[in-house]
Amino acid sequence: MSAAMEVQPYVDPRDRGGAAQPMLIARELQRYFRVKGAGKGAVVRAVDGVSFTLFKGETLGVVGESGCGKSTLARLLLHLVVPDSGELVFDGDAVGETGGVNIGDLRRQVQMVFQDSYSSLNPRMPVQDSIAFGPMVNGRSKTEARRIAHEILVKVGLRPDLFGPRYPHELSGGQKQRVNIARALAVGPRMVILDEAVSALDKSVEAQVLNLLRQLKRTLNLTYLFISHDLNVVRYISDRVLVMYLGQVVELGPAAEVFARARHPYTRALLGSRLSMDAGRRIEAPPLVGDPPSPIDPPSGCRFRTRCPHAESVCEARMPTLGHWEDRSSHVAACHMTTPDSGHSLAGSA
Amino acid sequence: MLGYVIRRVLFAIPIALGVSVVCFSLVYLAPGDPLQTVLPPDATAETIAIVKHAYGFDRPIPVQYAIWLWHVLHGDFGRSIASQRAVTLEVFGALGNTAMLALFAAPLSFMVGYGMGALAGCFPGQATDRIVTGAAVIGVSLPNYWLGLVLVIIFAVEYMVLPASGMGQSGSAAFTLWHWSDAQFLVLPVITLAMIPIGIIARTTRAAVAEVRSQDFVTTLRAMGLGEGAVIRHVLKNASPQVLAVMGLQFGYLMGGSILVETVFTWPGSGFLLFKAIINRDIPVLQGTILALSLIFVATNLVVDLLQAVLDPRIRRA
Amino acid sequence: MNERAVVAQGAIPADSEVDGAPAIRVRGYWQSVLHRLRYDWVTLAFGVVVLAIVIVAIAAPLIAPFDPYQQSIVGRLKPFGWRGHPWGTDELGRDMMSRLIYGGRISLVMGLAPVLIATVVGGTLGVIGGFAGCLANTAIMRTMDVFYAFPSILLAVAISGAMGGGMINGIISLSLVFTPAMCRVAETATAQVKNLDYIEAARASGAGTLTIIRYHVLGNVLGPVFIYASSLVSVSILLASGLSFLGLGVQPPEPDWGLMLSTLRQSLYVDPLGCALPGIAIFITSICFNLVSDGVRGAMDVRG
Repeated sequence: MSAAMEVQPYVDPRDRGGAAQPMLIARELQRYFRVKGAGKGAVVRAVDGVSFTLFKGETLGVVGESGCGKSTLARLLLHLVVPDSGELVFDGDAVGETGGVNIGDLRRQVQMVFQDSYSSLNPRMPVQDSIAFGPMVNGRSKTEARRIAHEILVKVGLRPDLFGPRYPHELSGGQKQRVNIARALAVGPRMVILDEAVSALDKSVEAQVLNLLRQLKRTLNLTYLFISHDLNVVRYISDRVLVMYLGQVVELGPAAEVFARARHPYTRALLGSRLSMDAGRRIEAPPLVGDPPSPIDPPSGCRFRTRCPHAESVCEARMPTLGHWEDRSSHVAACHMTTPDSGHSLAGSA
Repeated sequence: MLGYVIRRVLFAIPIALGVSVVCFSLVYLAPGDPLQTVLPPDATAETIAIVKHAYGFDRPIPVQYAIWLWHVLHGDFGRSIASQRAVTLEVFGALGNTAMLALFAAPLSFMVGYGMGALAGCFPGQATDRIVTGAAVIGVSLPNYWLGLVLVIIFAVEYMVLPASGMGQSGSAAFTLWHWSDAQFLVLPVITLAMIPIGIIARTTRAAVAEVRSQDFVTTLRAMGLGEGAVIRHVLKNASPQVLAVMGLQFGYLMGGSILVETVFTWPGSGFLLFKAIINRDIPVLQGTILALSLIFVATNLVVDLLQAVLDPRIRRA
Repeated sequence: MNERAVVAQGAIPADSEVDGAPAIRVRGYWQSVLHRLRYDWVTLAFGVVVLAIVIVAIAAPLIAPFDPYQQSIVGRLKPFGWRGHPWGTDELGRDMMSRLIYGGRISLVMGLAPVLIATVVGGTLGVIGGFAGCLANTAIMRTMDVFYAFPSILLAVAISGAMGGGMINGIISLSLVFTPAMCRVAETATAQVKNLDYIEAARASGAGTLTIIRYHVLGNVLGPVFIYASSLVSVSILLASGLSFLGLGVQPPEPDWGLMLSTLRQSLYVDPLGCALPGIAIFITSICFNLVSDGVRGAMDVRG
């Protein structure tokens, strides 16, 4: 069969690196926040050395409990919050440095969908103006921006003549979230970060929005970073999964793999905490005990050791590393049990 | 808690300094040569030269401020142009008279305002509420000096049961509180002065009580079988911090904002002293009175904030 | 039947109507405020009165029966209901009704102008303070705090007393009294809005600070600012008349209600009712503005 008859995959004109180049590479991203009043020099280590790759066309799910740094990470990727240290490479170009891609260009190619809250949309603006704001700021005329807004509304399944002039308080939760998605897409990004985008929705509506997201990803050739605390949602939508704990990455790998054969004790505990509808599979003892330690003063060495059933002295002494996180198909965990020659009694067997 | 107290007190100090700067610069707002404002018009050249040097009018402004502040901190507010007495004497004497008004007007306005507001808050939307709210709105929309005039018309002119002005039959120096012949002079000014605070306290109390009543824990109390009287006690307790804060502020206003009422009744308090100082262009007295009154206001606010922190544990964390 | 109309009435669910929200008539924010006001007869009634007061003041030369400055030694202190002068005359023989009507002009100007000035100046300072960095914010807000430390009447009297009387000085003095409060309201509103998600989304879209202020912040800050300003008008009228009463505002022979109260006071024993009239005018104007502003605030606070 000749090559000409093969369907060529869509190539975005802004694509610089080609299909093999990851969309985003994050290396040792770090961001601390100073805490007022709680003693001198106290910092919240919101994101503490996070590294991962995001490949073009995939959906990377990011899970973790509240306070693990997911939202801060999302804002770091868009430079809404500036990283203290670490590197960000977008489609082969360094972000924020001379010769690389500047923040303005980054924001035209990466957008964010926020959680549906009362403040995610300007209550005094009709939704079509909220959506049109992005294109208008990026140089389109008002009429042009309005037209784009209407097009996008159609794409997310809302009739522009009916919903365009409405105000946020006149929409249901699901409709508002579609508007949020529309707002992110209006600028024409290649990558979308979704920060708890379905967390505030009823289950039935959540399913619709998730399907909409999958459909949009196909038709618009998008790459997703999907942040959520709901494991089932992440399982449904993600190709690969990244698990965070106290500002660090503890596990990274293909979704099916991670969910079936989790390598990190924290991931295992998280998966084990999911309640089942089957009465026969009742959980007797909670898989995870105690509260997460404070992000201001995390435990030395492996941060999970205070809640880990397999903690040993080496876990207190040395922080485990993630391993080869650059590969698409690798399944790695930051745990001494998965690292041979780490000194852990169970090393090499997990 | 101690940290909050210290921080709040420290915060008051720059405010007090700022207030002193404003008072100091009043002299420069006045048209004409500042030197003329502190001297009587018939001062000799010699006196002018002495005062000029003592107050530092020949030095740059920040230095003048420092000199003035130095004097103030030592209790020297200068001399009144009109009476040539020390301003300190005049101000503190007058403050005492204003304090007497405030000390009567405060409990009156607190009790009446709180009572009205609590009643209205417990029966929101009903007749009581509408009457109280209407009265409160009237209270804050009336010019209080006009109310004073009306009261004088009714009680002093038409029916002649109360005196129209002044403090005491034989003047303020001989004022004795426990003789009705003197004490009757208090009645009308106190009622007039209390009018606006009653309106404001009633409004605030009503809002606070109505809001607390609508909270979930009140429903819980009733569900537990608590009688309405006991429930109201709980509600009032929770509404108190907000109301007390407003009451404290109103006390500050009573002290600092009494000029209009005192002018109507020629009550020789700090407000009337201020009025006379304005008429006579007696700038040292003007400065001294305003400084004293505004510092009292700052101190009242400070005490109110600290009291609120004691009563409402949520504030201490801030 | 027009498919759109059918959908609008909720008969057929539109594509995404499975979410559950019925199709309702779309109304703009200000339209919904006006709609709510239409049913608030109290506010409407007092609004009409306010309008009447303003119209009477503007049309004073056409309405007033006499020249407000014309004195008459013979016709002094005539009581209410005197032939030719329905509301009597003052201590210099001038017609009370005319003076009250003309007095409305001055009282309204001295009531509205300071609030307007304070809103513009204080509002701008507040928005700047809300958006500025820590240092600028602290500088602005602490300066405002110092002025806030004075009771309003005291500050007004202090500034007016130092500067001397007159209408312009009175307006300046009152503007200075109200600016800190407006600044605080604007700064609080700005600080609240600044941290909301849609501002972050706007930044993520690539908008600069000024654009964000123009499109997203101003619209949401103007509401609280306007509400607070409208509640200040009645206070301003009261303070202005108080200043005039003390001789610090408008000077004689101008007809200002507060000034009239002060001069008529001397004739308290002779013509008590005459003294009361200017005060009634102040009271009515002040309470009407108060109630209208309360009503508008009520209509603006509820959303949706």
